[in-house]
Amino acid sequence: MQRKPGRGVAIVGAGMSKFGAFPGLATRDLFVEAFRELLASVDKGFDARDIEALYIGNFSSDLFEGQAHTAPIMADWVGLTPRPATRVEDACASSGVAFREGLIAIASGLYDIVLVGGIEKMTDLPTARVTDTLATAADVTYETPAGFTFPGLYASMATAYLHAYGATPEAFLKVGLKNHENGALNPKAQFGQRIADIIEARKASAAKKGKPIPTWADELAFLNDERANPVIAWPLRLYDCSPISDGAAALLLVSEELARRFTDAPLYVIGSGQASDGATHDRPTLTGIPAAQRAAQLAYAMAGVTSADIQLAEVHDCFTIAEIMATEDLGFFAPGEGWRAAIEGRTARTGDRPINTSGGLKSKGHPVGASGAGQVVEIWKQLRGEAGARQLPGEPCLGLTHNVGGTGQTCVVHIFERR
Amino acid sequence: MSEKPFTGTAFYAFLKEHKLMGARCPTCGAIYAPPRPFCPACFNAELEWVELSGAGRLASYSVIVIAPTAMIEAGYGREHPYCSGVVELAEGPCISAQILGVDVAHPETIAIGTPVKVAFIERGEGEAQKTFLGFEVVP
Ligand SMILES: [Zn+2]
Repeated sequence: MQRKPGRGVAIVGAGMSKFGAFPGLATRDLFVEAFRELLASVDKGFDARDIEALYIGNFSSDLFEGQAHTAPIMADWVGLTPRPATRVEDACASSGVAFREGLIAIASGLYDIVLVGGIEKMTDLPTARVTDTLATAADVTYETPAGFTFPGLYASMATAYLHAYGATPEAFLKVGLKNHENGALNPKAQFGQRIADIIEARKASAAKKGKPIPTWADELAFLNDERANPVIAWPLRLYDCSPISDGAAALLLVSEELARRFTDAPLYVIGSGQASDGATHDRPTLTGIPAAQRAAQLAYAMAGVTSADIQLAEVHDCFTIAEIMATEDLGFFAPGEGWRAAIEGRTARTGDRPINTSGGLKSKGHPVGASGAGQVVEIWKQLRGEAGARQLPGEPCLGLTHNVGGTGQTCVVHIFERR
Repeated sequence: MSEKPFTGTAFYAFLKEHKLMGARCPTCGAIYAPPRPFCPACFNAELEWVELSGAGRLASYSVIVIAPTAMIEAGYGREHPYCSGVVELAEGPCISAQILGVDVAHPETIAIGTPVKVAFIERGEGEAQKTFLGFEVVP
């Protein structure tokens, strides 16, 4: 049976902190930064005291910053206690799922105005402990004892994909190049640099230190150079992996009938789908993510649209292979065609299927619990014509977000419309 | 063949005895490795232990350079990368394991589909000694 929300829900405000590495800033500080921007984003103004409940996505402040029970702290720091504040944890999909919980809460009629947030503070820990913490999103009984890290699990999907479709790792590099191009136009991105800029910076740094100046024929030569772009988990290299990041994002959801009280340009949430799955080894395929395929089907059916109707998408590119699989799981390209589409530039801002105009997790940054909400911030900006230098032409009105937890144990897809 | 509950603890206790054990559903015949307490195919909740042949083929893999703490403690890392993979067992199910006997210095030479057989990897000393699941390439 096809389910629909009990009533419509719209987004009327959105904000995010800068994503990056911020020594001395805790999740609460980053959340305040996102909330301030959200307050300023509500076109007709808004009294924060009208918020009735909070849903906060957060993967592992417990391990990253030694702080559990984070949702009430966020409520307190933006002056919203004693309203109910609920933390949602589904690994890297935490705030995508928190968004869905906020949607469900309003659709149920229980609340009219809900604040959805996402937070993560990852950079206080050394890399090995970040690696360990991220690996807790996999199965610690049956996956991590095999030596699998998070990059390792996605890398194993990459080898399966390369083998199944005769693809080349060049496609992965192209995804990274494209997302760095986009992120360079996003002032909130952790890496506001194109790969070409990074190459020039490397050369300038070597010259300054009086060292031999490295030369690369082009960006692909740089990305294929083991010294410049070392393997993390073969075939994935450093520039195939999203960075370790700090950040927060916040979204204001209201019932559809209230939306125009706050803005003349709300985004209506017309589709929502979520699915779960078992460990990576326990799935019928390793070349795609079944939970993503199912979440997408549910969201398309609820929205009454097809993949062909979607004009832009923010997809979960925690690794470059993940973006390629996402474009297939969402139905933008046939299985086994996503890698070719990446090489042909079809997913660039100028392509027929723009993906991750924000720079994606790769370039914008991946503070895991904030990433899903951060994706919605980009769709908010693009559909309202507020994306600045990276704005898509043609006034797009239909966008999608795809947020994956773990290697696909959770996936949540949302579809947004500007009317 | 065993009264052990279908837990991770039991799976690793069998591994210590150099037995790769899965669970079989007597109702629908499905085999699960890792073992499960409950059959998701037919919703039967009364499964039985079955010893697996240990034969399989490599379904996917990665050579991991940036290692987690547990593997660093086992001597792996930047200078000593290792291979982890998914193995499709002869009985059907797939399982994650460390893959031995492959050329980790040349990961492009590792072939999906390669026949492998179970190997038991001992790590730690005394009370902390634990057996991990591995597979090695069949020569
Ligand atoms: Zn059964």
